[in-house]
Amino acid sequence: MVKMIILVVAYLILAPVIGGLLAGIDRVLSARLQGRQGPPVLQPFYDFFKLLEKEPITVNNVQDFYVTCFLLFVIVTGCFFFAGLDLLLVIFTLTLASVFLIIAAFSTNSAYPQLGAERELLQMMAYEPMVLITAVGFYIFSGSFAVADIVSGDKMAFPYMIGIFAGFVFILTIKFRKSPFDLSMSHHAHQELVAGLKTEFSGKTLAMIEIAHWYENVFLLGFIFLFFANGTIAGTIIGAVVCLVTYFFETFIDNNFARMKWNVAINASWLVAITLGMVNIVVLYFM
Amino acid sequence: MSTIFFLIIFAFVVALALLVLKTDAVRNILVKISAAVIAAASIWLAVEFFRTGEDAVTFAMEGSHAIISNVMLAIEVILALVVIFLGIKHKKYLASVLAAIQAPCTVWFELTKGHHIEVVDNLYIDRLSVIMILIVGIVGSLICVYALGYMKDFQHHHAGEADRRPLFFFLMFVFLSAMFGLVVSNNLVWMFFFWEITTLCSFFLIGYTRTEEAVRNSFRQLILNLIGGIAFLCGIITLGTFYGTLELTTLISYGVSGLGAFVVIPTMFLALAGLTKAAQMPFHSWLLGAMVAPTPTSALLHSSTMVKAGVFLILKLAPVLGFNMAGIMVMLVGGITFLLASFAAISQSNAKRVLAYSTIANLGLIVTCGGIGAVGAVWAGIMLLIFHAITKSLLFLCVGTAEHQIGSRDIEDMDGLFGRLPRLAAFMMIGISAMFLAPLGMLISKWAAMTAFIDSGNFILVAIICFGSAATAFYWTKWLGKLSAIMASRENIESGVNKEETFVHGSLVLMAIAICLVFPFVSKIFVIPYIENVWGIGNLSATLSSNNMIIMCVMLAVLLILILLFYGKTSKKIVPIYMAGANTGDNLTYMGSMQTEMTQSLRNWYMEKYFGEKKMNILGLASTTAIICVVFAMATGTIIMMITSMGGGF
Repeated sequence: MVKMIILVVAYLILAPVIGGLLAGIDRVLSARLQGRQGPPVLQPFYDFFKLLEKEPITVNNVQDFYVTCFLLFVIVTGCFFFAGLDLLLVIFTLTLASVFLIIAAFSTNSAYPQLGAERELLQMMAYEPMVLITAVGFYIFSGSFAVADIVSGDKMAFPYMIGIFAGFVFILTIKFRKSPFDLSMSHHAHQELVAGLKTEFSGKTLAMIEIAHWYENVFLLGFIFLFFANGTIAGTIIGAVVCLVTYFFETFIDNNFARMKWNVAINASWLVAITLGMVNIVVLYFM
Repeated sequence: MSTIFFLIIFAFVVALALLVLKTDAVRNILVKISAAVIAAASIWLAVEFFRTGEDAVTFAMEGSHAIISNVMLAIEVILALVVIFLGIKHKKYLASVLAAIQAPCTVWFELTKGHHIEVVDNLYIDRLSVIMILIVGIVGSLICVYALGYMKDFQHHHAGEADRRPLFFFLMFVFLSAMFGLVVSNNLVWMFFFWEITTLCSFFLIGYTRTEEAVRNSFRQLILNLIGGIAFLCGIITLGTFYGTLELTTLISYGVSGLGAFVVIPTMFLALAGLTKAAQMPFHSWLLGAMVAPTPTSALLHSSTMVKAGVFLILKLAPVLGFNMAGIMVMLVGGITFLLASFAAISQSNAKRVLAYSTIANLGLIVTCGGIGAVGAVWAGIMLLIFHAITKSLLFLCVGTAEHQIGSRDIEDMDGLFGRLPRLAAFMMIGISAMFLAPLGMLISKWAAMTAFIDSGNFILVAIICFGSAATAFYWTKWLGKLSAIMASRENIESGVNKEETFVHGSLVLMAIAICLVFPFVSKIFVIPYIENVWGIGNLSATLSSNNMIIMCVMLAVLLILILLFYGKTSKKIVPIYMAGANTGDNLTYMGSMQTEMTQSLRNWYMEKYFGEKKMNILGLASTTAIICVVFAMATGTIIMMITSMGGGF
């Protein structure tokens, strides 16, 4: 119980710091990959605090409510995860959070956010099966959906769930909003949807979306960690290292791919979910 | 416990009265009072049931058994003659042929065999029956109240056509009466009688407007469900002939003692009947066709009656299903139906069609749970049944009202509904959220279903629910988004909504939220003891851990508080939206090139190429028909063996 509270408090405080730092390193790395100097590592934080000082404007009286709920439930999702609760509970709460963001965009009745929202929905439909399959995999492997039980298992899941791991890393590209699947919005300036889903958000509202993204990224890396945790120090270190490697692998992918059409996103994700994910599930069943 | 007789008879008498009394004022009062009486009596029945402290209350009815059976038989023959006549009149000869097969078979079986089989308990009320009675009694009668206002508007919109409302309300109440009978029948012959009554009621309700389309669709419903009826009859005949019983409890007890495979033949026939009534592929087209009927009919068919009779039977049969031929057929048909209907819903822009596909999908999920036949799956199935009844009736009734107010049932026309009908839009949004979002009802039960699917070890079902859930979120969220869009300068037309309609919407919204807050108790008082009793096990825990259930309830409470405190409040300056051209100020038009005003309009995404309805239907028809045919081919072989081994006894 004490451990659980410590973990949750640590997540609440550290996740935005780690998330922001990762985003900063990501930007530096991307710049170097493109032969630029790039911003300082702390740039995401500067951006964040600058956003807080912008003039408070909005396009309607409900979008802030939806965005606040989005942030709240992203944080709640992470708390559930680090408190060691049920993986499916975690996934369903994350879906609730995502729906809040999508509804916030729809509520503006503005063309770009709505197109972005529809694409965000498509992305959700693309990655959801693989996320669920990942949870199912852990359940079959460890006999429990509870994160606490999965972490304390003495066998490392990775060797038995390589397919699922690969599938999960694949859909992480969508979740991290990286090219080639950054369809609904992206940090890059090269897109046709203006800022996509977040076009109508500004100031503090936009800052909330940023910080939610950091919280979400850290929690998603927690998923990666689950594949390696086996209760030993070695397992913990391997897990942490693989988390970092995965994150920067996604940066690498981001810089080496142009954005693809939405058809590719859904076709590829579902194909990956069926082949890597489901085949791995069948293997787990027969183990 | 005689309240059950009161319910069956009272609903029927009210129906007759409504057929005769033709003035609006009288009908208004009579429907409202009887709806209140029926709802109260259903609740009273539940109270009485718990007072007895028994797991099941049975009625032998030795004295009146013969008379009731004969009356039922006579009514069935008369109704068959009516169907034969109508089939010939409308040149739907298949319906006539099916009725002409069914009636003589029933009579033959009843007179030669049925009368010699002893039935110990004709009626049997357990907790599942009580749940069904509460759903029919409360949700069903609310729909009848809603129908008062709706049908008045409907008549207004169809001025010049004959006023058939007396017939309409007669059918609605007969429907309720038949459902009460159906869910307490233990004698399968009696259940079959009520089963056929519900088929005929929906036949007449679907054909209510008597347009060409309505007649065509009503006959489609009739034909498919008569096929189901014949399957039911085959189930009764095989059960009576080979196993010497007509009681559902006896059949189920085989399953509990591990002899499910022994009674697989009658089980298969009964399950097939359940599949037709629950609108599973390949029989699902009747439920889509049923949309031509006035909306209260759809709400009644989809939520508390008709299709629920199908899933009720399948959930009842769960102990004899599982991993035998019958169970595999049911779980695969249900699973495929869930997946493909969820996909097809994405491609629909007609709100009622989206609801219809969603019903078919959710019934598929319940059917699959029944097919798996394990206790965890049945828990999920019953929970789904309860939540679905409330939420789906709410959604249908909201769409019905929206249709009358804005003159369209197309989701594309619900742009900015929040400005025009704020209360209705809010109700609809609650209903939609309750269909797929945590921490609301359907998700909770879907979660349990998922756990049960995984535990069944059937990886096809695991894949089906993973992909199906993703599709479900897609079609609901895009509809939710349409509703939530805030559009400037929309006129509020809320005052045009009948107060009956608003009352019913409000009650259903309250119920939808309340049931999510108290569902751990529903599980503890109704579902868990029901399963323990049927399977004869003790100390069963719910499929979802109590921790998770409590977290869900807390989340819902937090969300409600947040909405009440903060929704729609802002101190910020409200500015026009970005339109990639100078916004003229109303957020709808902008200055295009050459200084012309351009109007922006936004459309949703239907992904026709991926999830087109036709494609899904063909896939579904082909795969489910193949499954059913293969299973029945195997069964036929078994029957032939059984007959030959009995020698000349048949």
